[in-house]
Amino acid sequence: MITRSQLKNRYHYSYILLVQLVKTDFKLRYQGSVLGYLWSLLRPLLIFCILYLVFTVFLPVGKGVPHYPVYLLLGIVLWNYFTEVTSGAVSAIVGKGDLIRKINFPKYVIILAGSFSALINLGLNFIIIAIFMFIGKVPLSWNAILVLPLIIELFILSIAMAFLLSAVFVKFRDVSYIWEVIMQGAFYATPILYPLSSIPQWAAKFLILNPMAQIIQDARYVLVTPTSSTIYSLFPNQKIIWLIPYLITLILVFFSASYFRRRSRFFAEEV
Amino acid sequence: MDNEVVISVENVSKNFVLPHEKVATVKGIFTGLAKRDKSVEVQRALKDINLEIKKGEFFGIVGRNGSGKSTLLKILAGIYQPTSGEIKTNGKLVPFIELGVGFNPELTGKENVYLNGAMLGFSEKQVGAMYKDIVEFAELERFMDQKLKNYSSGMQVRLAFSMATRAKADILLVDEVLAVGDADFQRKCFSYFKKLKANNKTVIFVTHDMNAVKEYCSRAMLIDDSNIKIIGRPSDVAREYNLLFMDKASDHAKKGGGKRWGNRDVEIIDAEASTQNDKIKIKVTCKVNKNLDKLIYGLHIMSEDSSEITAVNNRMINSKDITNLKKGQKIILNWEVLNIFNDGHYKIMLTLIDDLSNTLDWYVGAASFDVIREERSTTAVLPPIKVTTKLIEK
Repeated sequence: MITRSQLKNRYHYSYILLVQLVKTDFKLRYQGSVLGYLWSLLRPLLIFCILYLVFTVFLPVGKGVPHYPVYLLLGIVLWNYFTEVTSGAVSAIVGKGDLIRKINFPKYVIILAGSFSALINLGLNFIIIAIFMFIGKVPLSWNAILVLPLIIELFILSIAMAFLLSAVFVKFRDVSYIWEVIMQGAFYATPILYPLSSIPQWAAKFLILNPMAQIIQDARYVLVTPTSSTIYSLFPNQKIIWLIPYLITLILVFFSASYFRRRSRFFAEEV
Repeated sequence: MDNEVVISVENVSKNFVLPHEKVATVKGIFTGLAKRDKSVEVQRALKDINLEIKKGEFFGIVGRNGSGKSTLLKILAGIYQPTSGEIKTNGKLVPFIELGVGFNPELTGKENVYLNGAMLGFSEKQVGAMYKDIVEFAELERFMDQKLKNYSSGMQVRLAFSMATRAKADILLVDEVLAVGDADFQRKCFSYFKKLKANNKTVIFVTHDMNAVKEYCSRAMLIDDSNIKIIGRPSDVAREYNLLFMDKASDHAKKGGGKRWGNRDVEIIDAEASTQNDKIKIKVTCKVNKNLDKLIYGLHIMSEDSSEITAVNNRMINSKDITNLKKGQKIILNWEVLNIFNDGHYKIMLTLIDDLSNTLDWYVGAASFDVIREERSTTAVLPPIKVTTKLIEK
């Protein structure tokens, strides 16, 4: 039986490790670059500039969407968070192989650290979004507060995927290539660049079931414009369908967590 | 309280499954994917290990490379899971499989102290409180804001060791940490070990250094071929360990594993050394390949690290040169040396020269012998020495 104090000790160690790993990650992230942390802000901003140029001037898919720049930026920022967490996680366990082979520590801390450091980044990106919202005179309502539970959902979805990917990668290194392709496809399958209203309704109904699409559309709804189609507006009378993205996330969480738990005991031998 | 078992190992076995994958061609990759070759090799690293370690013991684990001792240590540390069997530990356990776990070359010394501290279970506050001591002990006051990659390896080890000595643990697992570092550092390690021993900490120590085993361990264990060969007194274990290498060493010498030069007018064709209680006997067989007037023959004895302990030739010990040698003859030289050697492995160098100082055969490592003694000394030899004393009254 594990006593209460032992339990506390166990998580105390995880906590100490987590703090140091996140700090280290931040110290090392922009190591040797002149602008340093500014890149956390500059990178999404510059990517946004390119996409904005392409999708408003050359391919005006965003026509008719109010506050399209902010609408686009929010989508990119949320998607980038998901990419950062999952792509970073693929090789996270293997990358820390040296450590894993020499000391016994809770391996989930590695994945958690990656998630938190991306979360800090997300926070910085939201500063940029706030600035654009201010410039673009986007009306803000009390609904905006609902973005917080959406971010929690995003955090859970991303970390669940991260646990699965990192553990599978230890055994099958093909995962990194497969995930790269999937992410490329998913980028277009998720309404990031285009509004859902611009595609056939049957397709929109299908795509919105993806938790990422649901999160992005909901976030746009509460922060930018109520014209953004959500799962609720696409299936107004089938409330049961509203649960599908959450259900997908939930199943993923349980499956990934149990798989990671099971495999993590053997990481030291397999990495 | 003293007899409290802090680690118990019950029927622990560990197998490593090593897949055979040799895909040499592109075609092989595709056909291999279709009918995935399931041939795997199971390597049995540990077989049915049973062990109990009590509180306050200084327990040594020795064994050849690949015998399974490091695997056992990793299982004790919880890094590997045993394939079968059970491990129970009682108390906080800190492993030192390597010093400076988590050190990152891109971070400064100071940042690394905090990172490594976290690995050892210290919060930032705790590291902060002992930071000054750590730096002082490592003698690195001026370098803490430099990146670790700019440290010399000695400086890195000093910092890592300084961290390690702060670890608060009931049980310490140490894997050959002493193998690194210079003499000064090793002295520091040893004094730390003495302190641990004095504080009644439980230490499990994997090493190849029989000297350290005898000096520090209260009990030791020899693992060979995945099994426990012997558990008991350190001196017995050390003796058993040395025996493992004896057969191997003499084999090596027979195959001529040494350096050798000379014109081979007279050639050493066989050399054998045997240890007896009071004597070392070395039998050398030579073959004459060319007629020769005078042969001078020599014997050198070297310690394992190749420093010469003694060197003689026949003239120095008043034996006659061998004269008037004809092609095809054989010579047998029987050397006899008083066994004044201390515990260890010794190498023999044999020399044959003529009276014009031409080297005929100069054979480094022609044979070797081992001396096994209960007591261990830091010097190579112990010649019979006598002393008499006399007390003179006022």
